[in-house]
Amino acid sequence: MKETHAIRRRKAGQFMDSFRKNRMGMTGAIMLCFFLIMAVAGPLLLPYNAMDFGVADDVFAPPSREHILGQDDMGRDVLRALISGARISLSVGILSTLISMVAGTFLGIVAGYSGGKIDVLMMRFTDVFLVLPWLPLMLILAAVLGSSIWNIILVIGLTSWAGTARVVRAQTLTVKERQFIERARAIGAGNGYIMTRHILPNVFPLVFANTILVSAVAIISETTLSFLGMGDTLHPSWGMMLHYAFESGAASIGAYWFLLPPGLCVVGVVLSFTFLGYAFDEILNPKLKKR
Amino acid sequence: MNRNYLLKKIFQSLITIFLVLIINYILFRVMPGDPLQMLMRNPKASGEAVARTKALFGLDRPWYAQFFLYLRQLLHGDLGLSFLHKKPVLEVIASRILPTLLLAGCAEVIAILVGTVIGIVSAWKRGKKIDVISLSFALVTYSMPTFWLGIVFVAFFSVFLRIFPTTGMVTPGATFISEFAHMVDIGRHLVLPTLTLSLVMIGEYALIMRNSLIDILTEDFITTARAKGFTEQYVLRRHAVPNALLPMVTIVAINLGLVIGGTIQVETIFSWPGLGRLMYEALMNRDYPLLQGIFLLVSISVIGANFLADILYSYLDPRVKG
Repeated sequence: MKETHAIRRRKAGQFMDSFRKNRMGMTGAIMLCFFLIMAVAGPLLLPYNAMDFGVADDVFAPPSREHILGQDDMGRDVLRALISGARISLSVGILSTLISMVAGTFLGIVAGYSGGKIDVLMMRFTDVFLVLPWLPLMLILAAVLGSSIWNIILVIGLTSWAGTARVVRAQTLTVKERQFIERARAIGAGNGYIMTRHILPNVFPLVFANTILVSAVAIISETTLSFLGMGDTLHPSWGMMLHYAFESGAASIGAYWFLLPPGLCVVGVVLSFTFLGYAFDEILNPKLKKR
Repeated sequence: MNRNYLLKKIFQSLITIFLVLIINYILFRVMPGDPLQMLMRNPKASGEAVARTKALFGLDRPWYAQFFLYLRQLLHGDLGLSFLHKKPVLEVIASRILPTLLLAGCAEVIAILVGTVIGIVSAWKRGKKIDVISLSFALVTYSMPTFWLGIVFVAFFSVFLRIFPTTGMVTPGATFISEFAHMVDIGRHLVLPTLTLSLVMIGEYALIMRNSLIDILTEDFITTARAKGFTEQYVLRRHAVPNALLPMVTIVAINLGLVIGGTIQVETIFSWPGLGRLMYEALMNRDYPLLQGIFLLVSISVIGANFLADILYSYLDPRVKG
């Protein structure tokens, strides 16, 4: 057991070395740190109250010294709304990704390890989710369940696990054939033990790279759902801000300070996740190395 | 082509469609509100009237019998009545298909052409400045919410520059001296939605084409071709690119689901009178029969497209054996 830990620690060290040399990965990490700090510390410095409406003159007021990013359709400070939105958008993204990761990993390992009819059945089910048009499915689920923030997290989580399940299954199939699995079985390890103790640690690096790419999709999904009116009005995310911006006609008024910042933040977060995901894939995926 | 492979693919597609039907059925059964209430719309209906309506719509039968009833209606093309339009769902959907086909078709063609070219140039000049630029472009457009790009375009091209109309498919109230003038008007309305929809796809196509071509360029037959003394350009044009194009067939089909998601957003922003806009309206008004109909239609078209792509792929690449 001690040796296994030593091997894993050495591998983690190697990974960090390659990561530090990866320009794309480092850019993504720095960008993501910026948004995480904004989400965690921002609201403490610049608290936001969504009920803090301004007077008539404040409506769509352009950027000024007091309000660096101007004011929105209700005369609220855009910068404060943006910071509070960061917390909501990122939380939804991360939590829904966790659901998707757990579901995808579970289904992938069980299908790959069991093989036979169970595998065929589970993969058919996965294919259905892979094929179904993603946005209509989420919109309908959100309409059925009602649009609270927890339902949105659930909806995104439940519709985005299929890709992970495929990747994990493929990896499980190769890990399963290795000798140490047979050895473990020979000394009497049960299926559950082998799956959690031997297969899971070996597929985990790939799950990790995949999860980061899923986070990017989750953030875009939340933004789009909220924009299309399925968002939680009590928890205004960046998508909700854009929903209000569109509904209030910010585009025709030319209120770019209300229109651009939430969208740019979404692009920034998604881009940082994509960079990180690509970097991890490049480092961890042996097939890509030889190119 | 192998007949068994074809049969297997047909069988798989049918199973997938059947699963979609089940999901669709379950989804709209857990919908808030009892279907009977929606049908009656009258809390004071007598017990006898309730029983009669129940029998009429088969709601008094067990769930599996109801499911078969639902299937039978589907096979007869009966998707129910739209709450909002007070017309059969199929009729409402049919009237909106053409504008969406026009928009999605134009965007898809542009995205495939431009994306493929960017991907080829990028792979060929790998690591050079032009590769870095196109890679960044692809990743940035890929990270953009489609609807936001649309709003930004409206703000810039329609409000600020005033060169393109903001909403709709034709100028409201306009009369046209000729059919040609009518087409020009539709064309002008088509520019921004098409640009938005194709831009978000170009990035993905470019990335996939680039990766595919880079993979091919490491293969032995390319080295052989170079060793024979063919010029770089000839090797690229005649040996590498045709092979690298293969995965694009599958990607275009897989992407259809994404295109449908994109049209919902773009048509909402530009008030384009197509299926995407129809779905948004159905959603806002909780028109469940209409939603169910649209969802079924788009799911079946995506499954159909994937089936065709599989068949086409096995025809183009004989190494694939089902």
